[in-house]
Amino acid sequence: MSELDAFRTEVREWLAANCPAEMREPIREEGDVCWGGRNWVFKNDAQKAWLEACVAKGYTVPDWPKAYGGAGLTPEQTKILKQEMKRINARSPLDSFGIWMLGPALLQFGTEEQKVHYLNPIARGEIRWCQGYSEPGSGSDLVSLQTFGEDKGDHWVVNGSKIWTSYADKADWIFCLVRTDKANKYQGITFMLFDMESKGVTTKPILLISGNSPFCETFFDDVEVPKTQYVGEINRGWDVAKYLLGHEREMISGGGAGGDMVSIGALFAKSLGKNENGELDDPILRAEMAAFDVDVFAYRAMGERFMDMWKTGRAHPASSNMMKYVGTELNKRRHELVMSGGGSEALEWDSEETKGGARPRAWLRTKANSIEGGTSEVMLNVIAKRILDLPGA
Amino acid sequence: MPLYHNDDQAMLKDSVAPFVAEQAPVAHLRSLRDSADATGFSQGLWAQFTEMGLPGMLVPEAHGGLGMGHMEAGIVLEEVGRNLTPSPFLATSVGAVAALAKAGGTQASRWLPAIASGEAIIALAIDEGAKHRPDRIATTATRAGNGFRIDGRKSFVLHGHVADMSIVAAKTDGGITLFAVPKDAKGVTADPRRLVDSSLASHVTLDGVEVDADAVIGEVDAGGDILDALLAATRTGAAAEMVGVGQGAMDMTITYLKERKQFGKLIGEFQGLQHRAAHLYGEMEVARATVMKAQQLLDEGGAGAKLMVSVAKAKAGRAANLAVREGVQMHGGIGMTDEYDIGLYMKRDRALAEFMGDVHYHIDQVARMNGY
Ligand SMILES: Cc1cc2nc3c(=O)[nH]c(=O)nc-3n(C[C@H](O)[C@H](O)[C@H](O)COP(=O)(O)OP(=O)(O)OC[C@H]3O[C@@H](n4cnc5c(N)ncnc54)[C@H](O)[C@@H]3O)c2cc1C
Ligand SMILES: Cc1cc2nc3c(=O)[nH]c(=O)nc-3n(C[C@H](O)[C@H](O)[C@H](O)COP(=O)(O)OP(=O)(O)OC[C@H]3O[C@@H](n4cnc5c(N)ncnc54)[C@H](O)[C@@H]3O)c2cc1C
Repeated sequence: MSELDAFRTEVREWLAANCPAEMREPIREEGDVCWGGRNWVFKNDAQKAWLEACVAKGYTVPDWPKAYGGAGLTPEQTKILKQEMKRINARSPLDSFGIWMLGPALLQFGTEEQKVHYLNPIARGEIRWCQGYSEPGSGSDLVSLQTFGEDKGDHWVVNGSKIWTSYADKADWIFCLVRTDKANKYQGITFMLFDMESKGVTTKPILLISGNSPFCETFFDDVEVPKTQYVGEINRGWDVAKYLLGHEREMISGGGAGGDMVSIGALFAKSLGKNENGELDDPILRAEMAAFDVDVFAYRAMGERFMDMWKTGRAHPASSNMMKYVGTELNKRRHELVMSGGGSEALEWDSEETKGGARPRAWLRTKANSIEGGTSEVMLNVIAKRILDLPGA
Repeated sequence: MPLYHNDDQAMLKDSVAPFVAEQAPVAHLRSLRDSADATGFSQGLWAQFTEMGLPGMLVPEAHGGLGMGHMEAGIVLEEVGRNLTPSPFLATSVGAVAALAKAGGTQASRWLPAIASGEAIIALAIDEGAKHRPDRIATTATRAGNGFRIDGRKSFVLHGHVADMSIVAAKTDGGITLFAVPKDAKGVTADPRRLVDSSLASHVTLDGVEVDADAVIGEVDAGGDILDALLAATRTGAAAEMVGVGQGAMDMTITYLKERKQFGKLIGEFQGLQHRAAHLYGEMEVARATVMKAQQLLDEGGAGAKLMVSVAKAKAGRAANLAVREGVQMHGGIGMTDEYDIGLYMKRDRALAEFMGDVHYHIDQVARMNGY
C-alpha cells in the first residue's frame, strides 16, 4: 500500500511541475486535441511542452513497457496516474489510433522487431495512423470485405476502396484489412500496415450531417505493400482485427460518460436559472437531467470496475461490447439533453458566440457513436451470443 | 481498492451463495407464505445465519462482531435477493448496526453484542407515510420525568411486530433524536400488514411511550448524523439486495429463453428477445458496479459516499425493475401464473424499490446534491 502512496506523491509532484496551466483547461475545440504525426502543428507552446514532458516520462502510454516508449507501470500505478491527471483536469497529452488500437494489437501479435520499430514512434506521437476496415459493401458484416492484395512474391499489390476512414487525409500510415485469399472468408484476410504516401493511395473527404468532414473514402490503386509489413500471420488478420476492435470499443466506451461534465443538471442550472426552491426552473427537464446524471455516475462506476477487471484479466472478453453499447447510447442521450437545455441558442449553426455552432455539430456527431466501431445492434448481438450464450445468435 | 471482490470476499461469496441457495431458496419463501406464517421469517433459518456468523458481520469486533464492511454485507444481501430469502438481515444487521455503531454509548453496548449473537431483531421506525420522507419526521419526543415521552405514528416498519427493539426517529426541541424503544414499552402497538411480496411490515403507533434518558441513541438533538448513517447503510443494502433480485430474475429468464420453443425454434433465437436480454444484461452490470462503488465509498468513508448511495439505490431500482418486467413478459403466459417463481421476483422488487426511498426520491436527491 505505502509503495503506491509513494508513487501517488511522486506523480503529484511531477504533474505539478510539468503540466502547464493551459493544459488543465477543458477541451473546447478540435484543435485542443493533440493528435501528433508528421505534419502536426502544435496549437501553442504549452501543448508541445506537455507532450514532450509526457513522452520523456513514458506517460503517453504509461502501461506499455519501457522498451517501446511506455513507463512500464502496473495496472494499479496506471490507475493512480489517471486519477491524478483527472484531479488536476489535465488534458490527454496525445490522442491517437496508434495508442488506442494498433498499439495493443502490436503488443499482442507483433514481432519484437515490429514492436520496437512501430511502437516507439506511436508513443512519441510521430506517426499518425488511420484505420482501414470498412468498405462500402462491408460495414457490420466486415468479414465480407473485398479489397484485394495480389501476391507478387516479396510484396502485395493492393486494389480496392475503404470507406469512413477517419482522418485518412491527415494520417501518415494506415492499418488495413486486405483479402489475400478469395476462397477463405475468415482465414483469407491479412492485417497490413503501409504509408499513406505510397503510390496509388488517394482519399476523398465525406461530409457528415454535422457539416464536418474528418472522414474519408480511401482508394487503393495498385498500391505496393512489402511483405514485411503485416501483423500476425498471413491470412489470419481477422484475429488481429477482432482483438483490435475490442480495444477500439474500450476506447469509445471510455468517452461515454462525456469528458469533463460532472453533472449536466448543475451545468444547466446556471444558464436556465432556478426557481425559489433552488431547483432548475423546468421540472420535467430537471427530472430528465437528474435521471441522466444518475446514469452517468453509475456508468463511471462501471467504467472503473470494467478497467479494474479488464486490466487484471477478470473481465469477460466480450464485456467491452457491453461498455461500448451502454456508453455510446448514454453519450447520445447527453447531447439530446444538451440541445434541450440550450434551447434556441443551441440551434445556431455558425455564429461566433456559439463557436461556429459547436453544440449542434457535436450533437449530430454523437449519432455516429453507436455506429462507428460496430453498431449498437451488433454489440447486442455479440452480448447475446458470447455472454448470454443464447442459441442461434 | 479495486472494484471487484478480493480473495477474502470471493471466499465469503463461495460459502454464502450455496448456503442461502440450499437453505432458503424461493421454495422457502413459498412455504412461509402458504402457511401464512405470522413472523415474517424463519427463526430456524436465522439460527443458521447465526451459526455462519452473518448477523454480526458489520458489528465491530469490540462488540463481538466480525467488523466487516458494506462490501461483505452486500455479498450476503445479493444472495438473499437472488433467493428471495425473508430475513431480518437488512434492517437488523445492516441498518440498525450502522446506527448503533456510529452512536456508540450505552445502547451500542446493550444491543450490538445481542445482534452479533443472533438474539436481537431490530426494527427501523423511520417512515411515517406512504412515501419515504425522512426530512419530515413528525413523531415527537418531549422531556418527561427522567426521560422522554414519544408520540407519533410510523409506517412500513419491517419486523415491527416481532422486533426486540425498534429504532425510532423523533423530533426533539433542537433536532432529530433516535431512541431505542424496547419491545415491551408501554404505549407501543404494532399492527402488521402483509405486503405484496408476502413480507410483514407494521404500522406502529407510539402513544405516550415513556422511555428513560439512556434510551437515546447517541446524543439528544444530534440524531441527524446517526440517521444518515442508518439510511446510507440500509439504502445501499437494499440496492445490493435488488441487484440479487434482478440477477435472479434475469438468470431465470435467460434459462427460459434457451428452453422454450415456439414457431419451431427456441425463443432465445429471436433477435427481438435477444436484444432486450442483452440490454438488460448491460443495465444489470452497471447497477452492480454502482452498488459496489457505493459500498466501497461507505467502507472507506470516502467523499461522495452519500451521492453514490442515492445513485446506487436509483440505478439498482431501475435495473431490477427492468429485469422483473422483462422476466414476466418473456415467460409469456406462464409468467403470469403463481406457480412460476418469476412473479415472486416482481413482487419483491416492488417492495424493495419502495424501501428507504424509491427511484424518484433518489433521483431528486442526486439533483439536490448537485445543486439544482
Ligand atoms: C463517423 C464514423 C467514423 C468511422 N470511422 C471508421 C474508421 O476510421 N475506419 C473504418 O474502417 N470504419 C469506420 N467507420 C465505419 C463503421 O465501422 C461502420 O459504419 C459500421 O461498422 C457500420 O457499418 P455500415 O455503416 O455499413 O452499416 P450496415 O452494416 O449497413 O448497418 C445498417 C443498419 O443495420 C443494422 N444491422 C446490420 N447488421 C445487423 C444484424 N446482424 N442484426 C441487427 N442489425 C443489423 C445496423 O446496426 C445498422 O443499424 C466509421 C463510421 C462512422 C459513421
Ligand atoms: C391471463 C391470461 C388469460 C388468457 N386467456 C386465454 C383464453 O381465454 N383463451 C386462450 O386460448 N388463451 C388464453 N391465454 C393464453 C395466451 O393467448 C398466451 O399466453 C399467449 O398467446 C402467449 O403464448 P405463451 O404464453 O405460450 O408464450 P410463448 O409463445 O411461449 O412466448 C414466450 C415469450 O416469447 C416471445 N415470443 C414468442 N415467439 C416469438 C417470436 N417469434 N418473436 C419474438 N418473440 C417471441 C413472446 O412474446 C413471449 O414474450 C391467456 C393468457 C393469460 C396470461
